[in-house]
Amino acid sequence: MSNYDHEQLSRLIGMLPPAPEAWVQAAQELPAARRGLDQLVARAEADAAYRAEVLADLERALRAEGVEPQPRVVAELRRLLADD
Amino acid sequence: MEALGDDGQAAARRAELIAHEVSDAALVARCRAGDDDAWRELVDRFSRYVYAIAVQGFRLGQQDAEDVFQDVFARVYERLGSLRDDEAVRPWIAQLTRRVCIDRLRSGARESDADIDDLPELPAEDALTALEEAFDVHEAMAELPENCQQILDRFFARDESYRTIGDTLGLPAGTIASRLSRCLDKLRDAFEGRNPPPAPSGGQVT
Repeated sequence: MSNYDHEQLSRLIGMLPPAPEAWVQAAQELPAARRGLDQLVARAEADAAYRAEVLADLERALRAEGVEPQPRVVAELRRLLADD
Repeated sequence: MEALGDDGQAAARRAELIAHEVSDAALVARCRAGDDDAWRELVDRFSRYVYAIAVQGFRLGQQDAEDVFQDVFARVYERLGSLRDDEAVRPWIAQLTRRVCIDRLRSGARESDADIDDLPELPAEDALTALEEAFDVHEAMAELPENCQQILDRFFARDESYRTIGDTLGLPAGTIASRLSRCLDKLRDAFEGRNPPPAPSGGQVT
């Protein structure tokens, strides 16, 4: 005897709708974003002129590293450069 | 059999990952080894679960839920190396998500100067258990033919109309209801094959 009828199964399927696509994409790009940030910060540590350039326009610097400048990533870069 | 080139091998690995042919443990191992495709699949595999715990379990608004969602996957990425049992990635992610949701509720209460007693009610264990069961059902769905996965997900999880589903999948809208019914039958078989119903009571316990 089955414990699950169509109504129960359909309710359970409906309990897990997809997360917003942009959220999923941002999470999926995390490794690439981290690598881009690490490279950028390492270069900024070694080159004061580049550091000033990055600080002047964080979003442009991220784009140049191939990283989408989402607010969360920009904030992380700002924090890393401040710690620097 | 013809050997696959580098591109072919990469594509085959991706297809294998997406088809859920890779166990959670193997996926974690690949993520730890720096395989970006594996990480993408891990996020894909658990994204609905994390989202549901935040939004349905803890009833967070979209902004808080988005912060929790990104925070959870950032922590998973950073701490994957400390996971002791790779097979236990799912309960680990669930626990992590609950903790991040609770932190979010607490910090929200602090910011609004609310008393600790004014914290929104935490979800009942039943609600979180139901999400576990829903996750199991989605895993069973992944074993069904692609057309069944699509039609069940679009209708029940994405709330699409018969018309939209028919247009997208190239099916006559009049056949959607019967297809849904057949696919639910297949899902029940797949689900109960993975999670057999308990035996009737009265049996001897050894």
